[in-house]
Amino acid sequence: MSGAAVRLENVAFSYGETAMSFDLDVEASEIVAIMGPSGSGKSTLLNLVAGFEAPSSGRILIGGEDAAGLPPAQRPVSMVFQENNLFSHLDVARNVGLGRSPSLRLTGADRADIAAALARTGLAGKEKRLPAELSGGERQRVALARALLRDRPVLLLDEAFASLGPALRREMLELVRDLDAERRMTILMVTHHPGDARALCHRIAFVEEGRVAAVAPTAEMFSPDAPEAFRAYIGA
Amino acid sequence: MARDRRILAGVAGLGLIGLLIGGAFAGLAFEAARDWSGAAAAFDAYLVRVAGFTLWQATLSTLLSVAPAILVARALARHPAFPGRGLVLKLFLVPLALPAIVAAMGVLALLGRAGLFADPLTALTGSRWQGIYGLSGILVAHVFFNLPLAARLLLQALEAVPADQWRLAAQLGMGASASFRLIEWPALRAALPGVAGLVFMLCVTSFTIVLTLGGGPAATTLEVAIYQALRFDFDPARAVALTALQIALTAAAVLFLLRLGADMAGDASLPVAPRRPAVAGAAERVVNAAIILAALLFVAGPLAAVTVSGLRADLARLAREPAVHAATLTSLVLALCAALLCVALSLALAAARRALEMKRPRTARPSLLERMLDTGAGFVLVVPPIVVGAGWFVALRGTGQVFAAAPVMVIAVNAVMAMPFAIRAIRPAWDAASARHERLAAQLGITGLARLRLIDWPSIRRPAFTALAFAMALSLGDLGVIALFGSDSVQTLPYLLLARMGSYRTMDAAGLALILGAVCLALTMLAERGRAAR
Repeated sequence: MSGAAVRLENVAFSYGETAMSFDLDVEASEIVAIMGPSGSGKSTLLNLVAGFEAPSSGRILIGGEDAAGLPPAQRPVSMVFQENNLFSHLDVARNVGLGRSPSLRLTGADRADIAAALARTGLAGKEKRLPAELSGGERQRVALARALLRDRPVLLLDEAFASLGPALRREMLELVRDLDAERRMTILMVTHHPGDARALCHRIAFVEEGRVAAVAPTAEMFSPDAPEAFRAYIGA
Repeated sequence: MARDRRILAGVAGLGLIGLLIGGAFAGLAFEAARDWSGAAAAFDAYLVRVAGFTLWQATLSTLLSVAPAILVARALARHPAFPGRGLVLKLFLVPLALPAIVAAMGVLALLGRAGLFADPLTALTGSRWQGIYGLSGILVAHVFFNLPLAARLLLQALEAVPADQWRLAAQLGMGASASFRLIEWPALRAALPGVAGLVFMLCVTSFTIVLTLGGGPAATTLEVAIYQALRFDFDPARAVALTALQIALTAAAVLFLLRLGADMAGDASLPVAPRRPAVAGAAERVVNAAIILAALLFVAGPLAAVTVSGLRADLARLAREPAVHAATLTSLVLALCAALLCVALSLALAAARRALEMKRPRTARPSLLERMLDTGAGFVLVVPPIVVGAGWFVALRGTGQVFAAAPVMVIAVNAVMAMPFAIRAIRPAWDAASARHERLAAQLGITGLARLRLIDWPSIRRPAFTALAFAMALSLGDLGVIALFGSDSVQTLPYLLLARMGSYRTMDAAGLALILGAVCLALTMLAERGRAAR
């Protein structure tokens, strides 16, 4: 399966005092970094696409279809959070298996797919481990393995690698790039690290005070021509 | 859809609690309306005296429990490395787990007419020791229960003082009085109103202690008077008047406590002794050791007496007695049913409250329903079990089915009574699990029974068992509703114990007290272990 276009049209959402309004166009199979100061609404944007929050007005189109009213599980979207991606009382194989059957009724073919997804993410042989017995990087690999198994066209990464050290983060970015080369997913990733965007993303969307203030190709955003606010944010 | 089912379950749970309490009130109101003059006439000098004694004994009990508790807590706080400190704190938990009737037996075994201390006391006073009954008996038992509770709660307040402040005190060379004035007293003062209020509340609603240790009309509280009006005088009009007064009294006390921000379920969980420099000098060390030892002996005394006198009883014969078998079986079945109902209700309320909380915007105020689910279990604190029992007793009186209703009443009232404790064990775990799992479960489409089986039950299993064990211990030892509704055909262990005490079969009573105390203690230890392992 390849990616699906994601389009936010005048998507309004209010969170306490802050009113937000997002407009964004992401092409199928594109990788876009969502960057911006804390509290600017980056995660809210992903939550709206994933269906964890409902907009008060506006439309969210995924693959050309209006996602309004679709519960999170029925959207063509997988999301990886910064933490709590796994159920701590279920082993690795079962955590991944939930991506195939939410009641964990798995066939032999399903189990083979699980094993393949785990092998692909470098977790072969760790099927029976509990999340507590894994490193932080391995836990995020399990979440990616589940996303592979679900095989949805859009992948949302909400600071998924933020709590990992530099070397591990680079490894995870490489893994995502390799997986993307096979699957051609659309990826929206929230990150604070310019390095993440440089390594992976075609474009950068700069979110500020509840709206998308600027969208431009990565190279342009890191050039002197970038908007002043973005340059101030990354400290350029 | 699953979310709505959770809310429905919570509403059903609230409805059941409402039915139990509302039904009792309806019974009382109907009786009052039927015999208005009788109920009004019951407000006589006797009733005023009983109300006065209720408040008087509670005030004295609170003073005698809390004032020494300050010394004990402070002594324990100043000696984090005191030998056996952990053991002392564990021992201080035991009275909380012990049924009141077992504690009463312990006090009698020690200070009763035929108690272990009767001979020395006879020699000391010069006249034949008559046994500790009446106000002094009530006070000793109340202090036995509440001194350790207050000491633990106050110690918790002292442990909350940041370690840096203690280090600073040590560095500045603050003496005992300076550090008390500057560090300990401010922490204690903040906690004192809540702790004293809780103890006062527990003593105002104390039933079993007063029933077994109080004597005659001179030492009777409202709750015991309600029981006597219904069981012995068959005077429902008086019971209504007493109940109304009791409700007004407890409601006033609860309102006062809530205003103070007191923790009504009151159990203190303490961290292991924090690392902190020893600040006490040699003289203070001796004084503190003496204080801790005295408190230790005071708490351990009745426990030892229960054990010793219980072992003296003919346990083998008791174990063969059909009445004991029947009471044990009845107790276990009723307690298990009450505990299961309690946990089911608590889970329903916790799940519904969380579901409602997630539905509303985070900044919006909680709805009335959500707030009721939040504090619903607190109703029982305003309406003591005896009052609920009395209401239903009066309501069912006309049907001739009073004693047949015993099992239902015991299960329902005990289940609701244990809810504040069960919810304390369950709700934090439920909310934390929900916070971790909600988005993930929504994303993966895990709903309904699959969610219950795969996600919710594994995360809630331990606290649910903890709550179950607590509720069962509480229900097993309770002598409130069963005192009203018990009969020859439905007897629980505490009821049988009371009957044996009443017929002066003291050895039997001692043996039964030992058995009952041991079972309740074992259950509580099971619950504590579950809680510690979480």
